[in-house]
Amino acid sequence: MDFNIVIAGEAGQGLKTVESLLTKTFSRHGYYLFSTKDYMSRIRGGHNFMQVRISDEKVEGPTEEIDLLLALNEESVEIHQNEMSERGVIITSLESDSDQVITIDAKSIAKEVNPRAVNTVFVGAAFKIMGLPTQEAKKALKEHFAKKESVIEDNLTLLDKGYEAVKEVFELEDLGAKEGRMIIDGNSAVGLGAALAGLSFYAAYPMSPSTGILTYLAGKQEELGIVVEQAEDEIAAINMAIGGTYSGMRSMTGTSGGGLALMAEGVGLAGITETPIVIADVQRPGPATGLPTRTGQGDLLFAVNIAQDEFPLMVIAPKDQEDAVYQTFRAFNLADKYQIPVIILSDQFLGDSSKTISEIDISGLEINRHLMDAVEVEGEYKRYKYTEDGISPRAYPGQLKDQVVLLDSDEHDEFAHIVEDGETRNKMVEKRARKMEKLKEEDLLEAEYSGPEDPDYIIVNWGSTAGPSNEARKILADEFKIGQLIFNDVWPLPEKMLKEKVEAGAELVFVENNSTAQFAKLIRSETGIKADYNILKYDGRPFSGLELARRFKEEVSK
Amino acid sequence: MTELKTYEADRETAWCPGCGNFPLRTALAEALSEMDLKPEEVTMYTGIGQAAKMPHYIKVNGFNGLHGRSLPPAVAMKVANPEMTVIVESGDGCSYGEGGNHILHNIRRNLDIVHLVHDNQIYGLTKGQASPTSGPEIKTGVQTHGVNAEPFNPVRFAVGMKASFVARSTVGDRDHLKKMIKAAKAHKGYALIDIFQPCVSFNKINTYQWYNKHVYKLEDHDPSDYEAAVKVADEFGEKIPIGIIYQAGKPSFRDRIPYLKDKALVDRRPKVEELEFLIEEFK
Repeated sequence: MDFNIVIAGEAGQGLKTVESLLTKTFSRHGYYLFSTKDYMSRIRGGHNFMQVRISDEKVEGPTEEIDLLLALNEESVEIHQNEMSERGVIITSLESDSDQVITIDAKSIAKEVNPRAVNTVFVGAAFKIMGLPTQEAKKALKEHFAKKESVIEDNLTLLDKGYEAVKEVFELEDLGAKEGRMIIDGNSAVGLGAALAGLSFYAAYPMSPSTGILTYLAGKQEELGIVVEQAEDEIAAINMAIGGTYSGMRSMTGTSGGGLALMAEGVGLAGITETPIVIADVQRPGPATGLPTRTGQGDLLFAVNIAQDEFPLMVIAPKDQEDAVYQTFRAFNLADKYQIPVIILSDQFLGDSSKTISEIDISGLEINRHLMDAVEVEGEYKRYKYTEDGISPRAYPGQLKDQVVLLDSDEHDEFAHIVEDGETRNKMVEKRARKMEKLKEEDLLEAEYSGPEDPDYIIVNWGSTAGPSNEARKILADEFKIGQLIFNDVWPLPEKMLKEKVEAGAELVFVENNSTAQFAKLIRSETGIKADYNILKYDGRPFSGLELARRFKEEVSK
Repeated sequence: MTELKTYEADRETAWCPGCGNFPLRTALAEALSEMDLKPEEVTMYTGIGQAAKMPHYIKVNGFNGLHGRSLPPAVAMKVANPEMTVIVESGDGCSYGEGGNHILHNIRRNLDIVHLVHDNQIYGLTKGQASPTSGPEIKTGVQTHGVNAEPFNPVRFAVGMKASFVARSTVGDRDHLKKMIKAAKAHKGYALIDIFQPCVSFNKINTYQWYNKHVYKLEDHDPSDYEAAVKVADEFGEKIPIGIIYQAGKPSFRDRIPYLKDKALVDRRPKVEELEFLIEEFK
């Protein structure tokens, strides 16, 4: 069972409310969901749509055909009518002869009660058409408007009126509430991972599509007693966050491509001052302003090479919403352990899409700050003490009695004092480099392989293309022997599993949301291993499993 | 009183002999000593430039960060630890040029910090180009026919923004400077002191003699009178006033975050189990 609902209209028509009511309700009826957003960089007008895909099995990305279209304006019918499935139904206020169309005069219905709640009439109609009762939807509605109680009554009335105005078409079942599941979008997932990791200070400048992290954390700041500061620009944001870590708090910043470019010098500062910092880059197509509300994976090589000269740095790409929680949590522990910047590479597709995932299990999560013990100091504190693994005991100002803590962005000696001699410079470069070696040995996550033991092809993913690729693999399972290799850690590059699989003789198919196969390039430059096929997409839209399956077939039969 | 030698303000430096940074360092060390602050109770944030090397030449906690970015990291310290004395210190190029945007917004935040700007009206470390505060008549290897822009008057700017404490001083009068530093520290909120100091290597116009000739100490000026402060701040020519130009009691950054109260977030050490409730809303 796979049912795809599209809610379409212009900005300002309350699409988000409809989507939120549908996802919450279906979730409680026991369905797996995947919901994506396609919106324009504007506040009113234009054409926006959201896709809510529901199934009794796990769903990992968008699909193509529409089973139910909620067309909140007339233009939406025109735009989407060719995407309708054979059984598909359009709910619209337009009159039509087509038996695919169910006309509802939502505006007039709403006018009698509350003209601003036209969208709720559509929700009511949708549940009737799908053959589901409205109790759960009403509960979700009350929760949605909990802070705006005065409108609840009107909306409940309009939900009923919409429900009564149409006839049942589909027979979706109530599968019953399921324990152990949750639904979350990728931006909230990054924020949740950070909050669970004990984040105390988040500084950022609003930028689509990363603003969701900022909003999530800001919404929690009072309850958690933490501080979320909107910085004057991204340069200030990263310098504030680095200052946050220096002063003894777990700190983070988040942005998208252009903002990351402004942060570049700050990432280098974290590198040379050995200050732990977590940076979320929710990618959008660029360069410069690019496509602000769309998706892409074009920042990989930039992130890996973000600042001048060489310093240890880690780049992690969460593969889905669940992984985003755990990987962000992990990023804080690793940043603290190795005293390095860690970049989380998300993207608009991951950040703005919601997915049903297994409930987050905190039993394996432990916050480890790796701060030095106050009793460790002998003599004057050396912030950059030479050690075998390159990691110097880290303290924050005021932590150690009668000791000061000094950091420097200039090359420095063990006490952090500025030096220019070549010998100390070499020792410091090598000290920092040793941390990366230790990280590779102790903490690097090998790529995760799934699929047959002797695949002919291996789809290689990093980040959010993993879900749609997995769906494509299932679609193609009868025709091809395909495995899948998903990289979480992309820098430093884990090589063992990749080499093992290549030696076994499978051909590599890279799936990336960019135009030059950046990950394939990175792998080739690090290992000499070449891609056999690249499936690339850079129009700002995510892959669907169906699309990937088609393109896979085209590619390998060339 | 903390002994003056605790601050080790006699360390060897990379400054030119006769540099205005030396008397500034002495005044600062004396002020810290007289205010009885221990080195670990003070954190200094600097950018890049000769002035920005200060945390290497005086013993306090120090964050010698990026050019122009001395203010942003200081914001976080006031969140983490309100008891910490925070000093931001850098040159005129770093503070008013590269970091101009941050001074604007940190006046708005009104964090409880002391901002000392070494204003020698020249870029020293890059060997003598015009700074935002250079006079129009100065000619350099870059400004070959003089500066193409009007000089920035930081005091007038900060008063215009109603920064909660705005002062000017000069290294030529160490006691005055020390008095200003102590007043800035006593002030609750953002305190800017623009400090005249000569660059003996590259600024042949604004010398000790020049400053001594032009500055005068404010007397009978009421810093709480905004109109009067604007008038005084506008004076920048034959006569240049030094002293507290403007001072106003305002809510500080922390005052605007009511739930923080006097909590020091550096002490926040939650366990994951205590945060598990965050998962609930996604069920």
